[in-house]
Amino acid sequence: MLTTLLTTIALLFVLAAVGATARPGHGNGFAGTVVYVGTMGLCAVNAVTAVLFLTAGTGDAVGLVLPIGPPWQATHLSLDGLSAFFLLIVNGVGAMAALYGIGYGRHEEEPARVLPFFPVFLAGMNLVPLAADAFSFLVAWEFMSLSSWFLVLSSHRRHETRRAALVYLVMAAIGTAALIAAFGVLAGVSGDYGFAAIRLRSLGPLEAGAVMALVLIGAGSKAGVAPLHAWLPLAHPAAPSHVSALMSGVMTKVAVYAIVRVLFDLSGEAVWWWGLLMLGLGCATAGVGVLYAVVERDLKTLLAYSTVENIGLIMIGLGLAMAFKANGLTALAGLALLAALFHALNHSLYKSMLFFGAGAVLVSTGHRDLERLGGLIRKMPITSSVFLVGCISISALPPLNGFASEWLLLQAILSGPQMSQWGLKLAVPVAGAALVLATALAGACFVRAFGITFLGRPRSPEAASALRVDVAMRIPMVILAVACVLVGLLPVLALTPLTPVVHGLMGTSPVAAEGITWLWLSPVAERASSYSGLVLFLTVAVMAMMTLLIKRFVSGRIRRTPAWDCGFPDPSPSTQYTAASFAQPIRRMFGTHLFGAREMVDMPDPGDSAPARFSVEMKDPIWAWFYRPVVKFIGWTTESTNAFQFLTIREYLGLMFGVLVLLLMLVVVIR
Amino acid sequence: MSTLGYDIAHLLDGAVLLFSFMLLYQRRMSGLISVFALQSVTLAVVAAWGAYTRHAPHLYASAAIVVVVKAVLIPVALHKIMTRLGIHRTVDAAMSIGSSMIAGASLVALSIMLVLPVTFASAALTRESLALALSTVLLGLLMMITRRNAVTQVIGFMSLENGLILAAVGVEGMPLVVEMSIAFSVMVAFIIFGIFFFQIRERFDSLDLPYLESFRGERR
Repeated sequence: MLTTLLTTIALLFVLAAVGATARPGHGNGFAGTVVYVGTMGLCAVNAVTAVLFLTAGTGDAVGLVLPIGPPWQATHLSLDGLSAFFLLIVNGVGAMAALYGIGYGRHEEEPARVLPFFPVFLAGMNLVPLAADAFSFLVAWEFMSLSSWFLVLSSHRRHETRRAALVYLVMAAIGTAALIAAFGVLAGVSGDYGFAAIRLRSLGPLEAGAVMALVLIGAGSKAGVAPLHAWLPLAHPAAPSHVSALMSGVMTKVAVYAIVRVLFDLSGEAVWWWGLLMLGLGCATAGVGVLYAVVERDLKTLLAYSTVENIGLIMIGLGLAMAFKANGLTALAGLALLAALFHALNHSLYKSMLFFGAGAVLVSTGHRDLERLGGLIRKMPITSSVFLVGCISISALPPLNGFASEWLLLQAILSGPQMSQWGLKLAVPVAGAALVLATALAGACFVRAFGITFLGRPRSPEAASALRVDVAMRIPMVILAVACVLVGLLPVLALTPLTPVVHGLMGTSPVAAEGITWLWLSPVAERASSYSGLVLFLTVAVMAMMTLLIKRFVSGRIRRTPAWDCGFPDPSPSTQYTAASFAQPIRRMFGTHLFGAREMVDMPDPGDSAPARFSVEMKDPIWAWFYRPVVKFIGWTTESTNAFQFLTIREYLGLMFGVLVLLLMLVVVIR
Repeated sequence: MSTLGYDIAHLLDGAVLLFSFMLLYQRRMSGLISVFALQSVTLAVVAAWGAYTRHAPHLYASAAIVVVVKAVLIPVALHKIMTRLGIHRTVDAAMSIGSSMIAGASLVALSIMLVLPVTFASAALTRESLALALSTVLLGLLMMITRRNAVTQVIGFMSLENGLILAAVGVEGMPLVVEMSIAFSVMVAFIIFGIFFFQIRERFDSLDLPYLESFRGERR
């Protein structure tokens, strides 16, 4: 199996070489078609391999040592349940993104800037879960980071894109530096960077704490955990849409993989207040992400903020797992981890689908700004119904998959009071409230996103003359929508292969694993709370049918009246709800502090017939509070060390002399 | 080797170090060159004495090279440069005599503290002459820092180099080839320095380094 995976990864690099031969110009061309079709095939092979490994159910790790790499460290690779699960996410969505790219690339300005890096990006994300030593892990991680950076930069002529790419590059560098340090601490002075050797080491409390902090900085920044999330809503939307889908849907999951791998597998230590910290970070991330998503005007940026929110939910799950584990409640910890991983899978499904939908809207109208869209449901029926499925999923409405994972997470939260520390007893219900609040706001956010984009009347001529998109773009959206519905109706499809994964990490099966049957989910047996997507769906379907029948046969009279005549006499599209007006209540509520929002009404003078103008200014205070001081500090340090560039010859000699004398004195003192 | 042999060797090593101190406080250019020549002669004597007591005839060759190159050729050339460029005036140092003396003394203390414990197992001669040689090197460096004139910096460099040769002579089994190459590299360095002197002089009408410093590309 591992050889199959490695072969496909090597072939992905070959495809990158093919992509590099693409001629500049509009459209995919021959090389583009080869790259996308080839990538799709290879990803499909990898996804099938991962599924086979997961369903074989042995869960035993398959290892492989390659004699390449630095002289002191051969490359170790291994495939276990956790890797296979994340490989499934990477390759399933990757294959869909490649298929989508066949259609999307036809509309791109400079596909030659995307083609060489797209397969490399996927190869990097394939290698990260397979790596079984720190060195190859970091190399794969950098392949992923740098190729995605190139992809972000592909439409480099826009100023915002260049800025986003710069911010992304800096954050990626900081993240990798933190990860390098984390692995350094994990390996210790013995310097064996193989994961097997790291697992055998037992860390002191200080070391383990340092590892946790460094991993949360390193992988957390890639995943978009607050307050290191600020790059994400800039960089993810700047890439072409199928790459945005991969970055939001998959790359953040690879970062989650890194967190799980290090914290639950390699380090293995658990302290209750780490769980508290991760819970807090998760709540903050979820809240900040969804609030910004609600007020965002740009469709792709909105989706990126929503990714931040979902990462927050996953972090809540991981924090809970950590806290339960520290209390010795490994079965409950397994439930929380199961919920987090399940949510990661679900998010990758619907978020990539939503990005595909946003890309379809962008291709057919040329707009990402909600205020210029509207009425697209009549022009793009398939895209809009698929987008609707995604919106329902991400708003955690039953019976779709988003609800299933968040319900599991809530079940874990409800068991929080079983923990002994008062801090956790009090914090876990707060986290539950934050989870519910975030979900509700996500609902508002996606009602707005869907309603403004697809319903009502077009707000711009481009939206009015939108065309349906390529079949190659519609197929992957439909496949993902079907997957969302399937996993939502039968969560057991995803949970059965996940249970041994969690078992491998926690040592025990998650709570009441036998409570997860094909029809009913009842993870916490004593509470007797259970959920069945299928039953719920059937109930809703039957009730809808009954309503239709009643309408048809009982009140069959049809009345025809002017639509909305009392409130809507003016047919101009500008009388509709706008994206800004829909979000205004929430913006007002959280406005000044969280968004730094300022509303201004510019009234013309009396007698002047010019229109009054209403404008809103928002800026994310995180830049002022968190990033600006860091930038200032770096600027100050470089400015002050800059003086060393302009010393006299004597001063340079003096510096060297001083250092020499200092070192000699050190030798004397130490001896 | 007899005890007397040791004592004389140490005396000579000490004399080399003493000349380094003299270089530190000497203010007149011609005085500096003479002291440097004296130091080189003493170094040659050290080498010759080593050759005699340890029956190592190749050290005579070292001594000859030092006398010819560093005690005659270079001082004469420096004198010629001085007259050609017309710099007879005193050279201002960046550090007062008192403080540079104190700094020099502490450097000597440092090198003794450093070398003696490290080389505990070695022969007594090697240990102490190594300490003295290290002091000479450090004092040469100190001189390069405390002087403001290019010529004096070169003298500081040469005296530093004297310290290196002192160490080489003290250690047994130093091949002649190495010493030869050191001597030649010093020659080459000296020629390059000489060319630079004239170039600097041509540009700035002075050999004082502060004139150079204002001419180094963009400052902030």
